[in-house]
Amino acid sequence: MTTTFTLNGSIHHADTSPGTTLMDYLRMQGLASVKHGCETGECGACTVLVDDKSMNACLLLLPVVEGTTVETVESLGDHESLHRIQEQFLSEGATQCGYCTPAMIMSVESLVRRNPKPSQADIRDALAGTLCRCTGYVKPVIAAEKASARLREDS
Amino acid sequence: MNAVGKRTIRVDGSALVKGKPVFADDIELRDCLHVKVLRSPHAHALIKNIDVSQTEAIDGVICVLTHKDVPRHFYTTAGQGYPEPSPRDTVLLDDRVRYVGDKVAIVAADTLAAAEAALQAITVEYEPLPAILDSRESIDNATIIHPEHGTQGIHDAARNIAAHLKAEVGDVDQLNDDDLNTFENNFYTPYAQQSSIEPHIILSWKDENDRLVIRSSTQVPFHVRRIVAEVLGLPVKKIRAIKPRIGGGFGGKQEILGEDVCAAVTMATGRPARLEFTRAEELHAARSRHPMHTRMKLVVDPSGRIQGQDIRFLMNCGAYGPHGLTVMSVSALRSVSLYAIANQRVTGDAVYTNLPVAGAYRGYGAPQGIFALEVLVDEAADALNIDPIEFRKLNIYSEGEEVPIALELGEGREGFRTVVRTTRLADCMDEGAKRIGWSELRGSGKEGTVKRGVGMACSAMGSGIGGIDMGAASIKMNEDASFNLLVGATDIGTGSDTALAQIAAEVLDVSVESILVYSSDTDLTPFDTGAYASSTTYISGGAVKKAAQEVRAQILEQGCKLLGVDQAEIRDRKVIAADGHSVSYQEICTKSLYTDHQKQIIATASHVSEDSPMPFNATFADVEVDTETGIVRVRKIVSVTDAGTVINPPMAEGQVEGAIPQSLGMALSEHMVFDANGAPVNLNFHDYQIYTARDMPEIEAVFLETDEPTGPFGAKATAEIPINGPAPAVVNAIYNACGVRIRELPIRPEEILKAFQSVESDDR
Repeated sequence: MTTTFTLNGSIHHADTSPGTTLMDYLRMQGLASVKHGCETGECGACTVLVDDKSMNACLLLLPVVEGTTVETVESLGDHESLHRIQEQFLSEGATQCGYCTPAMIMSVESLVRRNPKPSQADIRDALAGTLCRCTGYVKPVIAAEKASARLREDS
Repeated sequence: MNAVGKRTIRVDGSALVKGKPVFADDIELRDCLHVKVLRSPHAHALIKNIDVSQTEAIDGVICVLTHKDVPRHFYTTAGQGYPEPSPRDTVLLDDRVRYVGDKVAIVAADTLAAAEAALQAITVEYEPLPAILDSRESIDNATIIHPEHGTQGIHDAARNIAAHLKAEVGDVDQLNDDDLNTFENNFYTPYAQQSSIEPHIILSWKDENDRLVIRSSTQVPFHVRRIVAEVLGLPVKKIRAIKPRIGGGFGGKQEILGEDVCAAVTMATGRPARLEFTRAEELHAARSRHPMHTRMKLVVDPSGRIQGQDIRFLMNCGAYGPHGLTVMSVSALRSVSLYAIANQRVTGDAVYTNLPVAGAYRGYGAPQGIFALEVLVDEAADALNIDPIEFRKLNIYSEGEEVPIALELGEGREGFRTVVRTTRLADCMDEGAKRIGWSELRGSGKEGTVKRGVGMACSAMGSGIGGIDMGAASIKMNEDASFNLLVGATDIGTGSDTALAQIAAEVLDVSVESILVYSSDTDLTPFDTGAYASSTTYISGGAVKKAAQEVRAQILEQGCKLLGVDQAEIRDRKVIAADGHSVSYQEICTKSLYTDHQKQIIATASHVSEDSPMPFNATFADVEVDTETGIVRVRKIVSVTDAGTVINPPMAEGQVEGAIPQSLGMALSEHMVFDANGAPVNLNFHDYQIYTARDMPEIEAVFLETDEPTGPFGAKATAEIPINGPAPAVVNAIYNACGVRIRELPIRPEEILKAFQSVESDDR
């Protein structure tokens, strides 16, 4: 079964067995940022963007993403510099163990694409699908607020 | 200070925000087997027969192990120092199952699907036995959970008592004067699950020299090596344990839960193997917080001084006893060392039941004891009509005072002398009161149906385990004046690699970026007992400081030789002689490696401390109680901590900010539920509800520094203490809001509603 979609800027023709999820496929591609914490859509550690929307990759069978654009945290920034959200997560100390960090960053990225000036409540809503047991979400929320401000300054 | 106390960016942070392959499961092994565990559906049963013959028909199934295939060696899964204070009451696979989720068989297959199919194909004939599902029915029950021969260190197996403790100073029974007030009640804290987002994941393989390599999400790599060696009958030299980045631990990974299972498959097949716990397994077959029934009595004199304290613990270990004695010892120690009380007695039994196995969970017994203590103290203050803060200030320890009962609470051996060298607990209370609006909110917001209240709780913790925890570090200098820092200490997401790099950078007078940290690989780094007991900054940090001082001395010595002088000083990464001549760090190291007075500048140091200085904390809660629904909403938590010198402020704040929702979860939203047969009901994050970003109250995490003389640069511990206060502070705030006194967790709206109706009818 072949699924064609855009992954981090490249066209993929993925030939996989029917039960393969998007999470399985992304990890097979070496995209280690896509984490697994429950594989039943509860923890959100596998959050990626599908056509700009944050989604649990573990819940999507690969054919579902046919024709879409999928993005993981590996597509943010470049080899020299970090994306604003990554930069703020780093400088604010918003990452502790870091296991859910890529998912949180992609959740914030999805939010700021549709809402460049989010309120704190918007940010908390956007992060609510990504469970974190380390940070209490305090510094991630601050990082998201600062990142969205920086992104507005940049644009 | 050029590094300590600075807002330093995490040394591993860049890799983490980029999602680099740094965790256990982020490498791929060729020809890797997928391992699954068949688990018991019965709370207590004998296995009469296991038929695995049907698995042979499944394509790709390579290995099936039952109790008939593995050595019957008794060990403890607790990742503790050796000899472990926990009972040796566990075998890898047994012919008796003791809780729903206990291991029955291990399967390994080429694909996960084949392994899962193999689980279905195993036929097990069980003989169900009566199960003990309430710890209060455990002692002297006709059912014995560990009747087998060969166990070691169980306090009284015939009575289902895994561990027992007793400690006493003074004579609490002679406090009978008429003018003394006695306060006594029963308290209960439930199971709670660590819920690290990364589950337990283990990879194992044979290297080119036929040695077993284990790459595991663990807090205790050196204990993994020792215990796997023991369970599988291998020499320690045949095993290498590697700790990559860890996706949270909180005590749940201070346990050998799957390393032995995965390694058994690699040893049986010669092939790489991978075992990942599902979330459902995490929520019932990993570890959890010990449920605790506490009866506590306080005797208070007319001046408000507590004269007597009597505590009785009944702790539920579940089916096995890892950490049983030690968790209960910490419950005891933390309950008796917060206030200076002349007459104290604490007794406790840690008992077996046919429920999930408890273990280490952040706080390690302290949250259970502190909950009872701090709610009862609030009750006493209320009854005596003294402000709860003033009442506590009358009774807390002052600097220089000794805690006499600590000598009797040494985790199964004699304890060490505990002297309070530094404390700002009174200041913590004042700071918290100011920030929460204590004086304004205590008396207001009680009108209407949604009532507002504030409450508070204090606690103390330790900094490592005195006289037991040992950390070691090696520092090696490179010719560009960078340094490899090799530590056995295990950064599990706490940021300890960064804090330790800051300590090394401070001593060596270099930037943190010049310190290259590599932590926890049993082949490459020196030993460390592991990441638990809030020990890493204090104990491992002590080792890093010593190693760095030794390296600094070597740099000075080599510099003096190059300058041809006897004495010089180190400044700005140079060794400078009295006449102003100098050599740079780079020159010293380059010449030492290649041309002059050749040697590798390198040092290793170890650190152990008989002191375990207490950090102190005061936590304040501002809550709203809807008296029509019983629903409690936490508006704000203020947590003020004296953790000595704070090595890295944002990371220390992060410890507090992360601990608070774990405690609030135990109080309000997390609840492990079992059916009448002892089977767990809520095995996913929809039903076992940890806090989300939307649930969080406003948080203020504040530190008031002291300079602890026994800690590196004055540091005490931070990791565990902030988890103690939120639950009792919320309970005390609920009482302030609406007069309902909660003594059992989790707090249920229906209980609040029922109690509020009776409070109201009393008032009428």
